[in-house]
Amino acid sequence: MRTKNISTNCVVLLALLFSSVTSFAQQSHIGKLTGNAKQGKALYRRYCIFCHGPYGDGTGENAPYMDPKPRDFTKATFKCRSTPSGSLPLDSDLYDTISRGVHSSGMPSWRPLTRQQRADLVAYVKSFSSRFEEEKPGAALEIPPAPPNSAESAKHGAELFESMNCWSCHGKEGRGNGPNARTLTDSKGYPIVPPDLTSGMHFKCGDSDQAMFRDLMTGLDGTPMPSFSDAVKPAEAWDLVHYVETLHLNAKKGILVKAEPKGE
Amino acid sequence: MSMRFVSTILTGVLAAGAVSGGAPRAGSAPAPSAAVVKGTVKVQGAVPKATRIDMSQDPKCSPGHPGGVMTDDIVADGSSGLEDAIVYVSQGLGDAKFEPPKEAAVIEQKGCMYKPHVVAVRANQELKVVNSDTTTHNIHPAPNNNRESNQTQPPGAPLSMTFAREEIAIPVKCNIHPWMHSYIAVFKHPYFAVTGKDGSFEIGNLPPGSYTITAWHGKLGTTIQKITVGESETKTIEFVLKAQAGS
Ligand code: HEC
Ligand code: HEC
Repeated sequence: MRTKNISTNCVVLLALLFSSVTSFAQQSHIGKLTGNAKQGKALYRRYCIFCHGPYGDGTGENAPYMDPKPRDFTKATFKCRSTPSGSLPLDSDLYDTISRGVHSSGMPSWRPLTRQQRADLVAYVKSFSSRFEEEKPGAALEIPPAPPNSAESAKHGAELFESMNCWSCHGKEGRGNGPNARTLTDSKGYPIVPPDLTSGMHFKCGDSDQAMFRDLMTGLDGTPMPSFSDAVKPAEAWDLVHYVETLHLNAKKGILVKAEPKGE
Repeated sequence: MSMRFVSTILTGVLAAGAVSGGAPRAGSAPAPSAAVVKGTVKVQGAVPKATRIDMSQDPKCSPGHPGGVMTDDIVADGSSGLEDAIVYVSQGLGDAKFEPPKEAAVIEQKGCMYKPHVVAVRANQELKVVNSDTTTHNIHPAPNNNRESNQTQPPGAPLSMTFAREEIAIPVKCNIHPWMHSYIAVFKHPYFAVTGKDGSFEIGNLPPGSYTITAWHGKLGTTIQKITVGESETKTIEFVLKAQAGS
């Protein structure tokens, strides 16, 4: 009798354990919001399925006509993250992306939906990859306060733009025409072009200085744009941000700032 | 009923433990009865000629190559021995589990080329990435079954990565220097070898048994052979991979 009881308890415990694991993976947590995949599914079928497809693999009806292609959620590889390259994004990263949309792509902003609905969508998007059950996102990047944008900081940024080989893709003048620009493909093999940093165009993962700092440090996974977190110090990343801003401004004034060539 | 259920789980766990405990681990002394599979991988047909790589876009790459540098996608010696093929046990090990070795494997970026062109590691083994150049690289593995990452590495900066799951093999690129390609093969067991300049390989310390052995090459595909090795036996086999014109 006793052994039977214990073993029954064991089974119940195991069952509980499993059910709580799965239900946790079907949720999202953004601040005080808790999103639910079940609700998210209904929203997804209404708003997202045409592009991202019924199985979340990016092959919706509209996909053939789109460049860049809708994201394949089964790979769990995302461009806009505050976590290290190779890591899963935070729930709040996905929430921000869904809210903001992805500039220069067909991915619209979903701010018209309620915050709860967007949180539910995050939970459902995560359910397409078992990685969200198996792994935890890496530590979120710390973004130190921005130092003032001085000429000196931008000049150091220009030197880093040269020594870090940013120019090999973005071009010496940041116009998106570096020697590699035409060879680049994303991880699905589709051609991808580096943005013209002098055009003043919107960036994909947000336009704030903090967003650019984050993109440089974590990289845009699934694309050739690499992470610089192990390559530059935070202060240097700010220098790069300041330099890229100068490119914007000077382009507006019609002046080209050339990264100083070294070793040529 | 439920009692039996729990005890089945327990036996399962114990059995799995016994298997992994008894199986050889990398670095441990070979069991006296262990077998060896060795031989060569050869290439048949016309091997496309290596071409000169144009590295002129980055002057920091060329000092390593005063005479220029040739592509290393398919490298064969005078007797058709194929370098940088991987030979490995693809079936026959059951679900034996192996601890990854403590020592790190190394891939080096030198003269804007990857050394070696093919590196084989174990799942969860540290892979040290070394930049011996004076230019900045990015290392961008594009796996199917592991995490994709893409990190910049300036001269001398330390960098390490690991891959959790078996995958043969992950293509690796440097997007800054588009001619730079390599492969990282990830194994969950220690029974693999990368062929040397003459196409030779040797897989040692193999428990006697029947296995499927696969030879893989990044450009020439795969071929398999089934073998059975007895106690302390050394078996010699040859693989042939076909080069098609234009491959
Ligand atoms: C009109 C087509 C379209 C619709 C509708 C659409 N998307 Fe997208 N989505 C895209 C495209 C295209 C991308 C890829 C953008 C890129 O790679 O630059 C994308 C990317 C994403 C990403 C990944 C961003 C990153 O960081 O990599 C997420 C998450 C996403 N969409 C969620 C959604 C959700 C949730 C919905 C529905 C509420 C939705 N999308 C509806 C086209 C669409
Ligand atoms: C190997 C090529 C490559 C290198 C090197 C590179 N980039 Fe990029 N970068 C890209 C590509 C491609 C994109 C576009 C990604 C996309 O559209 O999803 C990009 C995007 C960007 C963006 C826009 C991000 C956004 O949210 O839209 C910025 C800013 C940027 N790069 C700055 C830099 C800086 C600064 C450096 C050097 C420190 C650098 N890049 C190095 C290829 C590169």
